[in-house]
Amino acid sequence: MSTGNMNLTLKIWRQKNNKAKGNLVDYKVSEISPDMSFLEMFDVLNEDLISKGDEPIVFDHDCREGICGSCSMFINGRPHGPKEGITTCQLHMRSFKDGDTIVVEPWRAKAFPVIKDLTVDRTAFDRIIASGGFISVNTGNAQDANALPIPKVQADSAFEAAACIGCGACVATCKNASAMLFVSAKISQLAQLPQGQPERYRRVQSMVAQMDAEGFGNCTNTGACEAECPKGISLENIARMNRDFYSAKFVSEEDI
Amino acid sequence: MASFGNAFSSSIGKKLIMGITGLFLITFLLVHCFLNSLIFLNDGGLTFNEGAHFMGTNWIIRSMEIVLFAGLLLHIIQGFRLVLQNRAARPERYAVNTGSANSKWYSRSMGLLGTLLLIFLIVHISKFWVASRFTGIPSVDVNGNHDLFALMVETFKNPLLVILYVLSMISLAYHLLHGFSSAFQTLGWNHKKYTPIIKALGFWYSIVISVLFAAMPVVMYLGLIN
Repeated sequence: MSTGNMNLTLKIWRQKNNKAKGNLVDYKVSEISPDMSFLEMFDVLNEDLISKGDEPIVFDHDCREGICGSCSMFINGRPHGPKEGITTCQLHMRSFKDGDTIVVEPWRAKAFPVIKDLTVDRTAFDRIIASGGFISVNTGNAQDANALPIPKVQADSAFEAAACIGCGACVATCKNASAMLFVSAKISQLAQLPQGQPERYRRVQSMVAQMDAEGFGNCTNTGACEAECPKGISLENIARMNRDFYSAKFVSEEDI
Repeated sequence: MASFGNAFSSSIGKKLIMGITGLFLITFLLVHCFLNSLIFLNDGGLTFNEGAHFMGTNWIIRSMEIVLFAGLLLHIIQGFRLVLQNRAARPERYAVNTGSANSKWYSRSMGLLGTLLLIFLIVHISKFWVASRFTGIPSVDVNGNHDLFALMVETFKNPLLVILYVLSMISLAYHLLHGFSSAFQTLGWNHKKYTPIIKALGFWYSIVISVLFAAMPVVMYLGLIN
């Protein structure tokens, strides 16, 4: 199925399971088309491994159109590889040169343990969402969409935060493995809309507490997360989360 | 009963302590730098000694000195704790990690820069602060003030100390370059109208303060001020 002429050396992290010690293993791929996505190149490699009777490399992928956030590969020292604003499935082989050596590692964080090879356990994010990343609504007929007027700038800002796909690139690239960009995006998308107000200060405290309990590091404002985020989530969200946290802790009279 | 709960032990609370103590130390540096810049008047240090005398005898300043040491200590201890915790958050390092692609080296090296500054501070405090408060300054100037200026001139005859001071001020510049705007971000002050002003202010503050401080031992060593 390969139709191109790129020959590459890959150094890929192989790890049997969570307990096993992993290491980088060298692979050669040939006749790779520059129009392939990075994941399609992995498909070619895995087909080759299977035909040889070797165990294929386990990696996460799902939608392959940049919205699911599954494809967690740390490529040549950057999450999702060398291009900005994309996921791994949107990275194409034309971003590399024939003869290149490419190092592929899983996301590395205490809170993201490796399951196998390049697949990591990101359920820590799910537990953070479960701790407060929701709104409580009464069931019944859907309300009229315009029942609650929301200023355009506010709706836009909430939407920008909601663009977060929970891929974990922010954690992967942060020198502290901090999850602040993710958590602040999830808090900001609700904190800026009227529906998010009743639980606003309870939410920020619960989600920050859960984030800390999961073992993520502390933010030092390097801005690496913002630079690597495939959806361009802004550091403004972290500042907003900090403000809401201070309001909850120092202004609110309610204990959570 | 309402309480602050885990406000200061949470990840955001720990950052808040770093930010507030950092801004406090930034304010101190401003006062310290202004006062020391009086040596540039080149009047044999008379005005500078007068200023040092005021700082050493005014009870408000002396009280603030205790707060300053407390703030400094808190900043150092909290800084070290954060470095250790943040390292623990990534037990297995990357084989290849291109940090330069997405962030400034000094923003990723605050712990290292801070440690260099701590080493400098131990030397600096033992040379000047201990002398002016405890062991005493050997001479007095014509106005009867302790001649701290003479002590500076004497100290900076040692080229190794001059080099240490200049290198330390380069560390300070980079530490501040990230620390200044980072403190505001931590306090939640990220705003399209104010953030560009804060960033510009932080840049110029870091450069001006560090250059002035670094110039002091250099001009004294070269004998331009005596």
